[in-house]
Amino acid sequence: MSAFRKTGRGRVDASKVINFTFDGKSYQGVQGDTVASALLANGNHLMGRSFKYHRPRGVLGAGWEEPNALIAVDRGKGRVTPNVRATTQEIYEGLKAESQNRSPNLKFDMGAFNNAFSMFFPAGFYNKTFMWPKSFWDKVYEPFIRNMAGLGPAPDADDPDVYASVYGHCETLIIGAGPAGIAAALAAAKNGERIILVDENAQMGGSLLSTPSIEIDGKPAGKWLETSLKALAKAENVTLMTRTTATGYYHDNFVALAERITHHVPNAEIGKVREALHRIRAGKVILAQGGIERPLVFNGNDRPGVMLASAAQTYLGEYGVAVGNEVAVFTSHDSAYQAAFDVADANTRIAAIIDVRGTIRDDLIMGATERGIKVIKSAAITKTFGKLRVKACEVYEPESGNKTKLNCDAILMSGGWTPSLHLWSHSKGGIKWDADLAAYIPDAPNENAVCIGACNGDFGIAAALSAGHKAGGGRKTYKTNETDFGTGLVLSSLPSYLDSSKQKAFVDFQNDVTEKDIKLAVSEGFKSIEHVKRYTTNGMATDQGKTSNLNALEIASKAVGKPIEKVGLTTFRPPYTPTTFGTFTGYRDNELFDPTRKTPIDPWAEANGAAFEPVGHWRRAWYFPKEGEDMHAAVARECKATRDSLGIFDASTLGKIEVVGPDAAKFMNLMYTNPWSKLPVLGCRYGLMCREDGYIYDDGVVGRMAEDRFHVTTTTGGAPRVYRHMEDYLQTEFPELDVWLTSTTEQWAVIAINGPNARKLIEPFVEGIDLSADSFPHMTLREGKICGVPTRLFRVSFTGELGFEINVPAHYGRMVWETLFEEGQKYDICPYGTETMHVLRAEKGFIIVGQDTDGTVTAHDAGMSWAVSKKKRDFVGKRSLARPDLVAEGRKQLIGLLTEDSKEVLEEGAQIVEDPNQPIPMDMLGHVTSSYWSESLGRSIAMAVVRDGFNRMGETLNIPMPDKVIKAKVVKPVFYDPKGERLNVV
Amino acid sequence: MFEIHCPYCNEKRPEIEFAYAGEAHYVRPTAKEQSEMSDEDWSRYMFIRDNKRGEHAERWWHNAGCNMFFNAIRNTVTDKFVMTYKMGLPPRTDKQIDAARRTDAKEKASS
Ligand SMILES: [Zn+2]
Repeated sequence: MSAFRKTGRGRVDASKVINFTFDGKSYQGVQGDTVASALLANGNHLMGRSFKYHRPRGVLGAGWEEPNALIAVDRGKGRVTPNVRATTQEIYEGLKAESQNRSPNLKFDMGAFNNAFSMFFPAGFYNKTFMWPKSFWDKVYEPFIRNMAGLGPAPDADDPDVYASVYGHCETLIIGAGPAGIAAALAAAKNGERIILVDENAQMGGSLLSTPSIEIDGKPAGKWLETSLKALAKAENVTLMTRTTATGYYHDNFVALAERITHHVPNAEIGKVREALHRIRAGKVILAQGGIERPLVFNGNDRPGVMLASAAQTYLGEYGVAVGNEVAVFTSHDSAYQAAFDVADANTRIAAIIDVRGTIRDDLIMGATERGIKVIKSAAITKTFGKLRVKACEVYEPESGNKTKLNCDAILMSGGWTPSLHLWSHSKGGIKWDADLAAYIPDAPNENAVCIGACNGDFGIAAALSAGHKAGGGRKTYKTNETDFGTGLVLSSLPSYLDSSKQKAFVDFQNDVTEKDIKLAVSEGFKSIEHVKRYTTNGMATDQGKTSNLNALEIASKAVGKPIEKVGLTTFRPPYTPTTFGTFTGYRDNELFDPTRKTPIDPWAEANGAAFEPVGHWRRAWYFPKEGEDMHAAVARECKATRDSLGIFDASTLGKIEVVGPDAAKFMNLMYTNPWSKLPVLGCRYGLMCREDGYIYDDGVVGRMAEDRFHVTTTTGGAPRVYRHMEDYLQTEFPELDVWLTSTTEQWAVIAINGPNARKLIEPFVEGIDLSADSFPHMTLREGKICGVPTRLFRVSFTGELGFEINVPAHYGRMVWETLFEEGQKYDICPYGTETMHVLRAEKGFIIVGQDTDGTVTAHDAGMSWAVSKKKRDFVGKRSLARPDLVAEGRKQLIGLLTEDSKEVLEEGAQIVEDPNQPIPMDMLGHVTSSYWSESLGRSIAMAVVRDGFNRMGETLNIPMPDKVIKAKVVKPVFYDPKGERLNVV
Repeated sequence: MFEIHCPYCNEKRPEIEFAYAGEAHYVRPTAKEQSEMSDEDWSRYMFIRDNKRGEHAERWWHNAGCNMFFNAIRNTVTDKFVMTYKMGLPPRTDKQIDAARRTDAKEKASS
């Protein structure tokens, strides 16, 4: 048993010893300890180094608000969690914990030189110092900041653990299982509705866990707690969740709960769930988050051994640990007296209670006298002594000017209490300033929610219990034997004889912000608290200023010379406490992160060695390399094989929408720029779609299956937005039209057969369709059978060769593909991918929407005025096409480019200029949109959008590159078979 | 995450089933109106929106549900939906919005 463990105190099981290591050194704790309580039991206060100055830091609190004692928990490769609060990490056999922000070790830290030079690190340090010259960024500033800004290293291997994701629903969600939350649950449980009670700690009970001397309605608090929790556990309508943090409160009572399932378990198995994110929709939310004690801002208040008074009470009451042998108490609030009494009653010497105030409640003075504790009124601590642990403090009495040195190995401080409004603020609940409490408390709710107990400003156990019962629908009033929780004085500027510039009085311990920094920020002109926060970084560390916000606000308001409530409070945002990425990711990891869509023919492509590329959510075969081929060689071979004989291509990803109904043609007339009324049944037409702003939105071939039925195809990536665009107009602007839209993208597998032997290949497999050129001309379609299954057979071509697109029900896709591929061996059939498809279409000058157009290109700009009906009275985009800007001279237009050096392939995206010798910034005419090596032409080809391009035919333009200037001639963007004769192969 | 009442499903459903679709009650001019409209008026129809602070009429699409577009009144300060209503109904009057707000408050009070 260690020297600081008090037998018979606390709720830990002292008979169960647990071994763990901290910075490689072995320690023993007991069942129920946290890393912090176990280290304190071993007399170790030093647990971390501060962020900026690398000052040695001890533990400040005992819970989730802890700013100093951050550790990394090492569970092996990929399982290191940084920035864990030592105060919340339960110990288990074999736990490995490491301190952070120190090199080489916690007791001797090289980075602490920052501390000696702290005059160089004032508020706004980052903004001021790392500004100039720009060239210093890469080599000086950034490495410096990265090195110094060490809040734990990011893990360097994949996390092998599993994270779960769960939805939940309840009538009442109660957050915080202290006295208020438990009483609320007890009352609410009676009506049989679903209740969820959550608490972030391992044990429910909140303050009742550390106040064993309290009696509730005559029963010891521990007994009351046990009985109450048993009753709740038995109730079928109540779900109790421990080790679960409500991290965010979103619209309409949607609350995220992060449950830690194996953080306290030794050798947690890989493959079992480590954390779960519960998304709860609640009818009503009861917030019983409690309050957080405020530190006092005095010179040397960050020395290890200085901590919150309530934390010492918790270490003693819950863990049976004394925080020192001789303890000084420094307070401006009544509540610290009870903490001092608890500590004294466990046989720890109280050096003195130093109270800032001159008048103190009689019962508190009496309690102190009974215990032989000296109370020094109207006094303050002005200095602390000791290197890695406090060993004495200086007490200053301003009235007499007396300075006394007081030996102590711990200082308990209390600057009053701050209600925890974090989740209330997430929910956009209103807040108001309470002058008596010197704190913000909840005002009007924005959701069906209520704050009870300390987070509502109602301090004390009896008040919390009664408020809880009422919030749960009950009317019970509880009685306890507690001393009045009392009041306090909020004083950021404590009496001192030292000039404030000489003091190291910390406000934000985690980000190393001092009182001086905040005053400096105000004096430099930052008046808004949001600006002060960003300039000083106060409240911006991983603890989100849980212990510092109110003190900072008080200091700033004084410096600004405005009352606090006029200065305002910074906004709290989710998550309430740091939450792992794993929790948010849940099951959506690896292949489930962003699901990949695959066509029915995809397995064949994979088995045949395709290289793939993502297109939207689809993965598409990019090219099919043979042994030793790179992409360039493979694409050149695929292009040649298709033009010479026969190519086969999986076009199943094309978007497809079935437009059906008596008014289908009318609707098509409105949605596309082309005319549709006269398209005969079984005819096909290239369709061009605009948005209302007149710019090209999508394109695709449309087949008319019947008078009242169109088979519309869209670009692969455009299918969802085109469908939405159509639905929107149909429902909201043209509701009088009798039309139905159905997305059929995944119903059809599409196999494109291109090349002079295309007809010969499919002929033996087709039934019921006359394939002869005369009866089945280009840009028509037929229905019949292929390989014994129904097909919509389109005679279309995106390559310029004789082509067919075979639509078959998706599940026949692979069979038809494999049958044709086998037969195709006769013609040296060549499977090709999207890259070859792109080259072949570019040789013909066919555009790709989104590559050759970018949302600012009209049909006319793209050289496709022929696709825009002049006769139709209306279509989406028509009026905009008459806007002055869209008919103006000098718009960028789509043209072809042939480089002077035919072997030179331009870079897509390269800028085009007239005179390459003009000064920078040059007058840029446009850019290259598509550029390829054309094997068929034995030279490079490119498409580009160029200002006034149509009038530049024959001109030579310049494309400046980093190492040279490339010259290219403007031509019509049809490079191959401009007369289209190859479509007519018999 | 909102819970949104779809006036076609007549049910409250989670926000992930819906997509926002811009400000409501901008009616597309007829072909005749378009041909007579000045470029300025057409630009105003195309590009200018109120983007009101407060109660805002907006369009939503129940795309992962019934697939219907509908209108809503939502407060852009509190983020609260005041009401939703079917497409094609005229803009809600202040009186209708008031009444909806009262009904909503009553439902909350009774829950
Ligand atoms: Zn619906």
